Amino acid sequence: MRPTIQTANSVPAGGFAAPADTIPKPVAARAPMVAFEAVTKRFGSDGENRFTALDGVDLTVARGAITGIIGRSGAGKSTLIRLVNGLEKATSGRVVVDGVEVGGLSEGGLRNLRREVGMIFQHFNLLSSRTAFDNVALPLEIAGLDRKAIRDKVAPLLDLVGLGDKAARYPSELSGGQKQRVGIARALATAPKLLLSDEATSALDPETTQSILALLKRINAELGLTVLLITHEMEVVKTIASDVAVIDRGRIVEQGRTFDVFTGAKHETTRSLLSAALGTQLPEWIRSNLKPEPSVGDRILVRLIFFGDTAFKPLTGRLVAELGADVNILAGSIEEIAGEPYGSLVVAYPADPAVTERADRFYAETGLTTEVLGYVA
Amino acid sequence: MSLDMLIGLLTKSLGQTLQMVAIAGLLGSLIGLPIGIFLATSGKGELFPAPVTNRVLGVIVNATRSTPFIILVVAIIPFTRLVTGTSIGTNAAIVPLTIATIPFFARLVEAAIREIDKGLIEAARAMGATPLQIVFKVLLAEARPGITLAFTMTIVSLIGYSAMVGAVGGGGLGDLGIRYGYQRFMPEVMLAVVVVLIVLVQLVQSAGDALARRFDKRNRKT
Repeated sequence: MRPTIQTANSVPAGGFAAPADTIPKPVAARAPMVAFEAVTKRFGSDGENRFTALDGVDLTVARGAITGIIGRSGAGKSTLIRLVNGLEKATSGRVVVDGVEVGGLSEGGLRNLRREVGMIFQHFNLLSSRTAFDNVALPLEIAGLDRKAIRDKVAPLLDLVGLGDKAARYPSELSGGQKQRVGIARALATAPKLLLSDEATSALDPETTQSILALLKRINAELGLTVLLITHEMEVVKTIASDVAVIDRGRIVEQGRTFDVFTGAKHETTRSLLSAALGTQLPEWIRSNLKPEPSVGDRILVRLIFFGDTAFKPLTGRLVAELGADVNILAGSIEEIAGEPYGSLVVAYPADPAVTERADRFYAETGLTTEVLGYVA
Repeated sequence: MSLDMLIGLLTKSLGQTLQMVAIAGLLGSLIGLPIGIFLATSGKGELFPAPVTNRVLGVIVNATRSTPFIILVVAIIPFTRLVTGTSIGTNAAIVPLTIATIPFFARLVEAAIREIDKGLIEAARAMGATPLQIVFKVLLAEARPGITLAFTMTIVSLIGYSAMVGAVGGGGLGDLGIRYGYQRFMPEVMLAVVVVLIVLVQLVQSAGDALARRFDKRNRKT
């Protein structure tokens, strides 16, 4: 493996990599685990069926973190994650994993890389002809370990994922959640430095999803394993990812610390993914009557966002008192994003200038983040 | 015809049939298996991409399969003589039976392998498996129930084919039925032959089904 010295230029602007430093640190401490540099991927030959799946993607995955990539189906997530272990090859640009450029590897080099990068799948992809034990043993057999060494490794892995008593079961005898646990144990068998998760919870019910996410979080914390996951579920990112990138039509439209991206969502894709996940979607009858400009006697709809300091203050009661007008609450939720409280409340009050002026003064005073959604009659 | 004579004839013919079917079945499947694996894995973008070879092999397989068996028997007589030193008798009959088995079994193996979820191949690639490891540890293991059924079907077809090799003096149950039952108007011989064949096919099919079920772990219930 060829270590590369990271320069200030190679840290993407607006990324979440550590700020560049004048004193060089060891590569392991500074370089991201995965870096995409201007990566483009096209499918098909020239002509009508040529399709651009990824278009100039710059992205870094921090070492030891859980990074989520979220986007709708067809946004290019699957292609993106498959570039990391060379299941797909970039048309242009560089994909660098732990200092090694994936595109420059021979078939043998790729196989060695893949033994250091575990992967789990939406449909688990377990061999139906093998027991849970033998499924976990498969990557070790492939790596050429002998029977005894394999036995010594598989049992603790099954214990780690909570399936110590299911070693002799076949996949068809396991539930979806148990199958994914076998998939996780299998991905961890070769002690990888990076775990790729391809929609790993999308085929599971909400409760099972939470237990699998908790397992991934524990593995990340206990083994210090870097996790890169792709998903279309905000819930997944919100629950475990410390960093997030939002992908839309082959481009990364937003990236950063999960909490920052979620609370300061700028791109339309991020917002629409968010409002569904955070329970702040307005009822249909309000949305369809929303006007961009007020007329006399209308009420203004404002989204109040509470996080950081404001999340803990009793501001709603004070707002009503300050305004001296009737305020009604249309939607709201309190969530935890990447371990921090985040509240969102949609309120309506008269769009009378006297009232809105008092409101704006109150927001400025208290540091509340607000967003005007529109006006209703 | 006396019962003793009938039993004597039946035993001898059954022995010949079993000999032809067993040897042609094993040899043909042994050769057909790698061809089937190759057909299933050599398409564009697959494990051993060789689209041209794949297509050529496909055409040869189709040509062999569409040649009526009785014509194949006669057409390859020079080859048969080269291999066995003779063009008549049970051993000589094994050659065309084997030749016919190869493409038949190969296509069935190909179908059994193509049934396997592509996700399993991707998972194995993601583990760093070589193409050969994928064939042996994933494809053959997962297709074992399907290949078992393919082998069963091949043996049953061979029992049918073997009835035609009477044309080159191959003997066997089919030959007995035609010569005694049909040409000499002995319906009791024909009936006996048919009954023995039905029982034989039933036994082979049941054994194959049972084995395939044992290999198949896809529908196990707790």
